[in-house]
Amino acid sequence: ADVISTVEFNQTGDLLATGDKGGRVVIFQRETEEAGEVGDSGEYNVYSTFQSHEPDFDYLKSLEIEEKINKIRWLPQQNAAHFLLSTNDKTVKLWKVSERDKRPEGYNLKDEEGRIKDVSTITSLRVPVLKPTDLMVEVRPRRVFANGHTYHINSISVNSDGETYLSADDLRINMWHLDITDRSFNIVDIKPANMEDLTEVITAAEFHPHHCHLFVYSSSKGTLRLCDMRASALCDRHTKLFEEPEDPGSRSFFSEIISSVSDVKFSHSGRYLLTRDYLTAKVWDLNMDKGPVETYQVHEYLRSKLCSLYENDCIFDKFECVWNSSDSVIMTGAYNSFFRMFDRETGRGVTLEAWRENSKPRAVLRTRRVYTGGKRRRGDVGVDSLDFTKKILHMAWHPEENIIAIAATNNLYIFQDRVNPDAQTQ
Amino acid sequence: MFPKGTKRKFSDSGEEAVCGGGGGGDQGPSAAPAPSPAAARTLSSSYSLQRQSLLDMSLIKLQLCHMLVEPNLCRSVLIANTVRQIQEEMTQDGTWQIMTQALAAAQCPADRLVATEVLCRQTEAAAAAAQAGQSPKPFSVSGLEEGYHSEEVVMDGDAEAEVAMSSLSPVSPQLSSASYLAGPFGMGPCWEDDEEDADCDEDEEEDSEECASEGEDAERHHLRADSRTGEQVFGTFEIKHPAPPPDPALEELFSDVDPSYYDLDTVLTGMQSTPKMGPYDLLESLSSHGPTALSSSATCRSDLNELDHIMEIIVGS
Repeated sequence: ADVISTVEFNQTGDLLATGDKGGRVVIFQRETEEAGEVGDSGEYNVYSTFQSHEPDFDYLKSLEIEEKINKIRWLPQQNAAHFLLSTNDKTVKLWKVSERDKRPEGYNLKDEEGRIKDVSTITSLRVPVLKPTDLMVEVRPRRVFANGHTYHINSISVNSDGETYLSADDLRINMWHLDITDRSFNIVDIKPANMEDLTEVITAAEFHPHHCHLFVYSSSKGTLRLCDMRASALCDRHTKLFEEPEDPGSRSFFSEIISSVSDVKFSHSGRYLLTRDYLTAKVWDLNMDKGPVETYQVHEYLRSKLCSLYENDCIFDKFECVWNSSDSVIMTGAYNSFFRMFDRETGRGVTLEAWRENSKPRAVLRTRRVYTGGKRRRGDVGVDSLDFTKKILHMAWHPEENIIAIAATNNLYIFQDRVNPDAQTQ
Repeated sequence: MFPKGTKRKFSDSGEEAVCGGGGGGDQGPSAAPAPSPAAARTLSSSYSLQRQSLLDMSLIKLQLCHMLVEPNLCRSVLIANTVRQIQEEMTQDGTWQIMTQALAAAQCPADRLVATEVLCRQTEAAAAAAQAGQSPKPFSVSGLEEGYHSEEVVMDGDAEAEVAMSSLSPVSPQLSSASYLAGPFGMGPCWEDDEEDADCDEDEEEDSEECASEGEDAERHHLRADSRTGEQVFGTFEIKHPAPPPDPALEELFSDVDPSYYDLDTVLTGMQSTPKMGPYDLLESLSSHGPTALSSSATCRSDLNELDHIMEIIVGS
């Protein structure tokens, strides 16, 4: 139940939220730099922990509703408090995270412990004053957006307008207003009239970072659809369809499964899309729908193992992918606690490991390699000795600096690039 | 269809033939649809063995819905698409006809009927188990009967369907493949039936803005779903004789068995020899096949006991 299921930085990068399978959310806060204390600055410490979702039961279908947090998204900060959306399979919740470091003292009618005073003992009036107290972080649920989805929610995305957000399940995408919980607009519905005809589901969705009328959603068939909400109320017809023509030479029974897109992310610039399917990560230009502009092989050595990976269900693992702050580097996870980073300018990829035994705090991460033939180097890992239970599915990149957060089952790793804060980690 | 041992041995060596897409181009019959796909595919038996094992694996995956939580729809859809793809290929090869005919021919009438019943029972037991889960509801049991009766109607009254199905010629691959297609969906009743509810809501023109709010029609819909899946799976098999009147003992025997116990192979092959197997016999035959795909027979037994206990409570004995 401690398995981390989502990781997300807020817009400034000062806060990092993680959600787990047990429905808990843990928020980390970056320590601000103290004068002269360069060594400890920039570390993330626990700021608050709260139970976001509880296990639920659908009495009509006699099925449990998992409390696992599927996604967390922060709202842009508007005042002293922070707001985040967290969702499980069925319900989205808006949480307010606020600090309290003062409390009123000197009530007339209550004594210090809060008991009501006997009125006859009051001889004078005074004005209560605010006195500083220990910092308390309060987290309160502000909105509960329930009953919007029949199927399992896989994505939420806050719109750039700051007022709406979308939530996507396997067959439908709804748009909500942050203040209204009893109504949502259905903007995409791909459910066929006859469920027997169902061959494609929605796997991820995201709003454009700058254009509040555009959003993209990906499907299990490897297609991306860009939709413009100005065109019609129900965006069943895409504005643009991004699809890579299939290579007939490499067709197998697993072609469709490995083409299923597990995650889609707009670049910070809004010009590109990053997608992840089972074996590759692809960068698409919004202006070109004929195919990706860049394709990165994450673990091509698994292509010959697809049958076994189908048997043990690993082929259905959903890996996330992220951009760095300048859109020059992309990162995604793999097996054996490995994760990969690709430099878009050079096209080079590097494999890193998130595993406690092999790294001490503040040690430099060394690159790893999976042995696929040729000269074997020391430290290379053979394909057959990869641990498929150690999967890096969830990760996040700080919005401005080279700090990454990697979730490895129930551990969270935070890596920082101190040498070159503005360039890729070595 | 094929003994388990043989399958396993082949799968290690010949894996790349079917499974390896880009890398396995030079190993045996390539999966790549080269110039003459039909010719390329009617080739080695290892390829068709692999394809068959992939088909069986996929069908088992579809059946093994975890009853407690709704199964992942994306995964189910992808597996179903794989099954469909294999099926289409086998239909083009003509091996599909051979398989269904072998099925039909190899079994004597009573057995064939029971096999039909078993598979139908499977879907309804699955549906019942899906609805029942850990807290069984009365309507699921009656749903069983309702579905069974409607099967009967189709069997006796639908002479046309009988004729069409008994002449499983290459001309009508669509029919059998389409109905078999329905099979896996019928066998994966978890999300099928859920959708039924939502679907029916819309059909009945209730407020379908938020489909999650299903009304009191849910019960009827479950029954409808059961009878539908019963019909679909039923349509797969050749009917030579009308059904005997419903055997309540047989119904009860199968109604409390979790579908995860059914290995498709065992059903198709095991049923030939001993048609009137009980659920416990089925488990024996499963384990007697050696290391099987279902490695959880131990947990199946405890689940079986649990289900037994629950059924006792319902029946009130």
